[in-house]
Formats: sequence, structure tokens, C-alpha cells
Amino acid sequence: MYGASVDQSETNSGDKRPTLVDDPKALAAFEQRIDREETIEPKDWMPHAYRKQLIRMMSQHAHSELVGMLPEANWISRAPSLRRKMILLAKIQDEAGHGLYIYSGTETLGISRQQLTEELLSGKAKYSNIFNYPTLTWADIGIVGWFVDGAAIVNQTVLAKASYGPYARAMVRICKEENFHKKQGFEICAVMARGTSEQKRMLQDAVNRWWWPSLMMFGPSDKESPNSALLLRWRVKRKTNDELRQRFIDMTIPQAESLGLTVPDPMLKLDSVSGSYAHGEPNWDEFFQVINGNGPCNRERLASRNKAHDDGAWVREAAQAYAAKHDLSPLRTAA
Amino acid sequence: MTTENSSTKSGLVAELPLWEVFTQPPNGAPHEHAGSVHAADAEMALLGARDVYARRGNVVSLWVVPTNMITASVSQDNPAFFDPMDDKVYRHPQFYKSPKGVKNL
Repeated sequence: MYGASVDQSETNSGDKRPTLVDDPKALAAFEQRIDREETIEPKDWMPHAYRKQLIRMMSQHAHSELVGMLPEANWISRAPSLRRKMILLAKIQDEAGHGLYIYSGTETLGISRQQLTEELLSGKAKYSNIFNYPTLTWADIGIVGWFVDGAAIVNQTVLAKASYGPYARAMVRICKEENFHKKQGFEICAVMARGTSEQKRMLQDAVNRWWWPSLMMFGPSDKESPNSALLLRWRVKRKTNDELRQRFIDMTIPQAESLGLTVPDPMLKLDSVSGSYAHGEPNWDEFFQVINGNGPCNRERLASRNKAHDDGAWVREAAQAYAAKHDLSPLRTAA
Repeated sequence: MTTENSSTKSGLVAELPLWEVFTQPPNGAPHEHAGSVHAADAEMALLGARDVYARRGNVVSLWVVPTNMITASVSQDNPAFFDPMDDKVYRHPQFYKSPKGVKNL
């Protein structure tokens, strides 16, 4: 790894110790670089809080890609056609790849893959709340592609301009691949919307269940988001949570209308002047309940990840044993 | 959970070695850094790099290099290290005088 080493305890998101103090001259120079829109690279000086917040954001993002495979994997064996099954497999493979791009980027900040993995498997690390909801019907797979990947694209398109080079580059790579995820989801929904009344009912039910959790993907309201101001100032974020949420709503409502679907928000109203939709607030109590481990699937997701990791242990051990036996490990030849 | 993976029975390390991955596109552009993979040896690193960074084609060549074998410049030293030495004006074509009327110089 080519990042500067860092006190590992800093990466604990629950760490309540006082923040380390940065050299004011170095901080000023850093902020000037940010203002000049320069990209920050792994070996560059950066404030402690910048490194810490990036590790938090990037690792949560990587974990989300990995855990995000689980609700979709639930439907591989039950996809309604071979075509749908191949698409779903390819999409899930992409999610694994996307997780790895971001883990790779996170490691440049001086945290090891081993530690990132342990934080996920122990339940200490967070991942996107959305994946703690169950995929009950085939319509859910359509909605996950359309809403969940759609929301992720809104988020990632902006993150592709983040000030930290490895994060931005991983986002560019992901955005290139991800558009098919949303389109295949919308296609599933469009087919069901033209189907039997039972299929239409099933689709509307999926919209009703996924709408609010999808809006929560953008994170708490700006008023409740303690890290936002600093992240915006350092251009890790370039739009606030509420701005991105609004962009997603404005994009998605006309698409829903085109399929004859409604979203479960009685407050929703098009403002003909701004072209934007006024909308209700997600249930933030539910958001914090789920993030603290009490969602419908939190335990199941963690158990599945742990099982996958444990079941793969023998592969990692065998690969190492082979490399050791034939003297192939780079750790042996390197100084 | 993962404790058995952290143990080092028979000399196993907790984390597979890290390799930097470079990919070359088919249009003749040079290899470019793509990211990294963990793998026990070079062959496994190459297979992992193919699956992660060349999944969608558009790659004609892959390099994997043990991360700890790369020596990188130190960005704090950039101003001096990458000094363009602009005082060497004679490295630019504008430095030279040519007789009028001579073309294609």
C-alpha cells in the first residue's frame, strides 16, 4: 500500500477521543490546493479529519457494494427467464468488482484490507441501510435496479469529481459500468407494468415498500448531517444530501408516471415554476433504527457475509501454502 | 468470526500480499494504473486483476507489480524535485534566431 501510515484507531468511526490537531500552515496550503481544484493523492499531506472521513465514507461505500450483492443473489435461482438470470449474475459480479475498486482506493489511505474486512464482519462498520430490507418478489429486483442503482448513480456521478484522486477514479470506473444496472431494472418494471393486473399490483407494492428507503440512501437531512459542511469545504462532497435527494426525486417521478405508478408520498407536488417536486420527509426514526442494527435483514446480511468469508478461508490458505512451497510470495523476495 | 484467519498457523499471513495493477487499452496507449489486488503469488494476482479490472474487455495487456517494490517520489519534495529549470531557455525553439524567409525550420 502506498498511503502514509496512520494510527489505526483513528479509523474507528465511534472514536470519541479529541481530534488530532493539524499544522495550521500545512492545512492552509492544503485548502489552497482544494480551492485550485487540485486532486489530492495518497502521499500528499492531508488533514487528519480528511483522511478519517474518507476512510469512513469509502469503506462504507465498499461494504455497501459487497452487502448489496445479497438481496439480489436471493433471486438468481428464481429469475423468471435465462435472459434475466444472466443479466442478474452479470450485475452482481459488477457489484463485487465495484466493492474491490473502492477497497483498493481506501487502502491508499493507510488502512489494511484485513482491518476493513474485520470491521464489516464484526458489525462495527456501517453499510448502506437499503440493503437491510428484503427482496420479497421479482418486482423488487426491478425496483432495486431502477431506484437503488438509480440513487447510487446520482451519488456517484458527483463523487467522481471528489477531491481525493483514488476515490474519484474508482467512481469514474464504476459510473461507466453501472448504467446498465439501472436500465435492466427499469426494463423489468416496464414489462411488469404492461403485464397482468397481479403483476401490476406486485410492482406497485414494490414501489410502495422501496420508495422511502431509497430516499434515505442520500443520508440524513442537511440539518442532521454533522459531517456535511467539512466534507463540502474539502470537496469530498460537492452537493448536499438534500440536493442529491431532490435530483433523484425529480428524475424518478416522471419515469414512475410513465409506467402508471405512484409513490407513497401524499405531500408530493410538482412546483411548476422550479420544475421540482415538493415532497414529504422520510421517517428518520426508521433510518436510525435500521442503521443501529434493527432493520428487517441486518442480522441475516452479516451472517451471510461471515459465512462467505469463513467458507473461503481454505482458498486463501491453499493459495498461500502453494506460494510458500514454490517460493512465489513477493513478501519473500522483497527487501 | 475472522479470528482463525488472523492466526498464522503454518506461517500464513493475515492478509494476502498487495499488487498494483496496470492495464493497457487496445488503442496503443501505454499501460495505466488501474488499482490493486491482493494475491498470494504473481499468477493469482494476474487472474484476480483480470477479473476485477479487465472484466469488460478493452484491455490487451496487464501488469501486476508487488506494491512494496514500487519506489515513488515524495510529493512534499515536488517543487524542487520536479523543477522544470526554466532558466535553460535554450531548450525551447523560440530561443533561436533564423534568417528571414527560411521555411519549415
